[in-house]
Amino acid sequence: MKRQRTIVTFNSNMNNNNNHLFHFLSEEIIFIILDFLNQNPIDKKAFSLACKSFYAIEAKHRKKLKPLRSEHIPKVLNRYPHVSHIDLTLCPRITDTSLTTISNACMSSLRSIDLSGSNCFSGTGLLSLAVNCKNLVEINLSNATELRDSAVAALAEAKNLEKLWLGRCKQITDMGVGCIAVGCRKLRLISLKWCPGVGDLGVGLLAVKCKDIRSLDLSYLPITDKCLPSIFKLQYLEDLVLEGCFGIDDDSLSGLKHGCKSLKKLDISSCQNITHIGLSSLTSGSGSGRLSRANHIVTWLSVTLALADSLKKLPMLQSIKLDDCPVTYAGLKAIGNWCASLRELSLSKCAEVTDESLSSLLTKHKDLRKLDITCCRKITYASIDHITNSCTALTSLRMESCTLVPREAFVLIGQRCQFLEEIDITDNEVDDEGLKSICRCSNLSSLKLGICLNITDEGVANIGMCCSKLVELDLYRCTGISDSGISAVASGCPGLEMINIAYSAIAVGCKQLAKLDIKKCSSIDDAGMIPLAHFSQNLRQINLSYSSVSDVGLLSLASISCLQSLTILHLKGLSPSGLAAALLACRGLTKVKLQATFKTLLPQALFEHLEARGCVFQWRDKFFRAELDPQCWKIQLEDIMQMQ
Amino acid sequence: MRFPADCPPFANFKPQLHQQKWEDPSILDYGGIGIEPSFQEFNQPSETQTSLPCNSNNDTKMADREDGRMCETPQANKSQDWDPRTMLNNLSFLEQKIHQLQDLVHLIVGRRGQVLGRPDELVAQQQQLITADLTSIIAQLISTAGSLLPSVKHTLSTTTPSIGQFGQLGGSFVPSGVGSGTDASVKLQNSNGSKLADQSNHTDLISNYGTEQNYSIEEHESKDEEDADEGENLPPGSYEILQLEKEEILAPHTHFCAICGKGFKRDANLRMHMRGHGDEYKTPAALAKPNKESGSEPTLIKRYSCPYAGCKRNKDHKKFQPLKTILCVKNHYKRTHCDKSYTCSRCNTKKFSVIADLKTHEKHCGKDKWLCFCGTTFSRKDKLFGHIALFQGHTPAIPLDETKGTQGPADHGEGSEASNRVGNINFSFGSTAPGGGGVVQNLMDVKESINDPTSYFSPLNFETCNFDGFHEFPRPPFEDSESSFSFLMPGSCNYTHKTGGEPNSNNLD
Repeated sequence: MKRQRTIVTFNSNMNNNNNHLFHFLSEEIIFIILDFLNQNPIDKKAFSLACKSFYAIEAKHRKKLKPLRSEHIPKVLNRYPHVSHIDLTLCPRITDTSLTTISNACMSSLRSIDLSGSNCFSGTGLLSLAVNCKNLVEINLSNATELRDSAVAALAEAKNLEKLWLGRCKQITDMGVGCIAVGCRKLRLISLKWCPGVGDLGVGLLAVKCKDIRSLDLSYLPITDKCLPSIFKLQYLEDLVLEGCFGIDDDSLSGLKHGCKSLKKLDISSCQNITHIGLSSLTSGSGSGRLSRANHIVTWLSVTLALADSLKKLPMLQSIKLDDCPVTYAGLKAIGNWCASLRELSLSKCAEVTDESLSSLLTKHKDLRKLDITCCRKITYASIDHITNSCTALTSLRMESCTLVPREAFVLIGQRCQFLEEIDITDNEVDDEGLKSICRCSNLSSLKLGICLNITDEGVANIGMCCSKLVELDLYRCTGISDSGISAVASGCPGLEMINIAYSAIAVGCKQLAKLDIKKCSSIDDAGMIPLAHFSQNLRQINLSYSSVSDVGLLSLASISCLQSLTILHLKGLSPSGLAAALLACRGLTKVKLQATFKTLLPQALFEHLEARGCVFQWRDKFFRAELDPQCWKIQLEDIMQMQ
Repeated sequence: MRFPADCPPFANFKPQLHQQKWEDPSILDYGGIGIEPSFQEFNQPSETQTSLPCNSNNDTKMADREDGRMCETPQANKSQDWDPRTMLNNLSFLEQKIHQLQDLVHLIVGRRGQVLGRPDELVAQQQQLITADLTSIIAQLISTAGSLLPSVKHTLSTTTPSIGQFGQLGGSFVPSGVGSGTDASVKLQNSNGSKLADQSNHTDLISNYGTEQNYSIEEHESKDEEDADEGENLPPGSYEILQLEKEEILAPHTHFCAICGKGFKRDANLRMHMRGHGDEYKTPAALAKPNKESGSEPTLIKRYSCPYAGCKRNKDHKKFQPLKTILCVKNHYKRTHCDKSYTCSRCNTKKFSVIADLKTHEKHCGKDKWLCFCGTTFSRKDKLFGHIALFQGHTPAIPLDETKGTQGPADHGEGSEASNRVGNINFSFGSTAPGGGGVVQNLMDVKESINDPTSYFSPLNFETCNFDGFHEFPRPPFEDSESSFSFLMPGSCNYTHKTGGEPNSNNLD
């Protein structure tokens, strides 16, 4: 990336010297160069600012837009006429007017639009989108909780729609889904998660009318066996999510005459009424047809021998999630004896997993890439030894709260599993030695070290030295860490986007930082905020609770235009007027958590105005609690857990 | 049923029973098939000719076919358990739909006079609308044909030939080119569909009277089945035919007091009334039903004829079907040949000529809250979804009140109020804030942003949306009607030059 930036400077220099030299590069070539700049928005910005022609070319090249404010949309669309993907998730308030503007500006070039998170629009805006943007293929309306059937019916005019997300659209009923089913015949993906108004009739009609559906998310819908036959007749269905569908039971699955041959992924987690009998009726059945291509199963069943046997019949199976399932030794051993090797396995919260069962399970599955053994509290050093020995190709290891694993075991992880990209060792006994070893995994992008009390600045410094690709770092309640550790991380990891340093000790240099949690960092004050506001212009989310930041620091933060979520609880130095000024200055705010006392201290009209801008207030009424000693806190936590 | 099962006429009963039932669909087909030839005559030789004779003509043609078919069909079909009520339901359902279409055509005819600016576009749109409705009727007809034809219920094997014959029937009116390899039933739809499209072009040509007449006849004929016993099939001459005059039928009273002239609807009421005229009317003999006295000697069975010439219930009709009682005559005459003067007070759209029909309707009116785009209403949601799953292009219709209620999110007013007020408030943070200039800037920003939410409420914004002429019609045009019809009529684009209907209608217009 740095090299590309030098090219840009080089070109613009040339441009200054000789106006015509640059014309040797055709537009196509520059487009190709620009394609390489996609990872970092700042690079593109720098490119477009180099000269007028670069500015014009960049404007032509851009296909994706993610505007921060809806009021700038007309101008932005004017500048970028070829935009085909618009992501409006960052805009706090998208109204019908905005949607009409977009639809009139983009017309048929618009292919995808993401409106999740905004619920200020209605059918009028959607209708103008559907009517004007004939090539609209994707639309995400998740969380539009106020959206009603009439609005969805307007959307049904978008005949070419292929992907539609309606998650948490709580007002939608079968009627709206029926309109979609009739209007959008080309649908390939539809998500109806958490739409409690949609039942058998709507889903059934969808399956009857939209024959091309590949992916169907029906999580938490009140559906029963009535719509299942038509769903299983969908000949291209690959991904079916039935999470939390309590209305479906074994009988409804065994009653199915058709198995879905094309199905690749089936999620029946949290379906209380499905047992291994129902699943085996899906897997065995008559002939080879049923689920024969399924390679991804998520269940919630008790893992017994019977289940393992029924799953064994799926030759293509690559991934199983058995989260929170009661497992037996025999069942896990049977899975271990499958000939096909699994790629992903999740045994998260399976309390019954022991060293013995885990090692018998993993002996044969040497190709495992992702392993989740979160909260398997019975496993010890032996398990980690076995995992690192047999599964050397692991890319993801999640083992939060494996409390019996000793600190020596973590050294093994770093030594043997060099390809790890994601490690979650929250709440473990890992120490600086182990962390140093883990930092040898140079591909690491996500590292979670929350509540690892044995880690100090020395260990964290290793992260800064080795893991240059790190994107996410969680140091929640790592009380042994101070400024020096964090600054080492900040200087060594330029790509860091998320950092949680709550309850510990801030530094400058993370331009990409998007989320920052400095809760209870009592030594952080305004002096820290000013450089943060200056350098981290991409910051979206910040938690300042219990820190020493005052009005000045908060107001300096207000200059970060991306800032969307702000949590301010128990800031001693904060005055009502300072807060009001900061709130008014942050135009992009969508969520603010405040102490309930401010509700009366600030004028009601201010809140009304901010709410009209699309900001949601959450009031917390927590008492200030003196922070316990970290060890003491952990003991208290364990006590609570044992009592349960 | 009046005759015991072993009664002599029962030997004849079966075939004719079939015949009658076979005719039902044909009667209903007036809407689709029956009218078509009449148009050809309409277009070319004379426009004054009424369509009624044509209908009857066509009717006989069809009936002949049916007869022929019936002779061939073995009488294996046991139709005793056939339920006339379901059939009635189906028929009245169709009737309702045809009514709705009729209203639509009325509307279009009415509009025709108003908008002369862009006739081509309008004609196309109207055509689309009507075609869509007609297709739904035809599709419904075909689907209900199963229950209309009693034979289908018993042997599935007979279904196919019957539909095949229907296909033939339709095909015989239309030149070839409908798509040879298609299924027989589809063929039927094809031919009907294309013809109906023609018809929709012509509707403005025919006087309203004509259309209405056609429809009313057919639908009331069908309804009369309820009055006339379907098992009724007396050999001609075995009964006495009575024909009441029109005035007699429409008279409010049929029984008049010989002394004072007061009229009564019922003979029993008259007899009660007569008691007041003297003691001689108070005897049990005078109060008893007069028929019972003469019950000993066998009288000739009485049957009734409708005085309306050309009606199937008229004794001069080629396929005359008598009405059984005077009440049947009255209901038949009012329903079929009279204006519908009783309007439902709830929906204000449905009209009836028999007050009992109105009362029946009012019992259920408004209960059908599940609406399809095509105008059909359902009392149950699953029925609506079954309907939508069955037909292409039909969409659930969202109730209007909901649409009105959700023009925008609920917090509009609040938002505007808030923003207006913010404009007047001076926040006193200048003293505490470090950079005074920056704060002023912020304040400016705030003021600027106030305009944003308020602008949202300006009614002009709603106008800015380009709806592509969406307001032209009370409901959005059937955008995918063409695509949805493609399965119904692959040759839908051919129909214009097949019959040349459209140019004619335009010229004459």
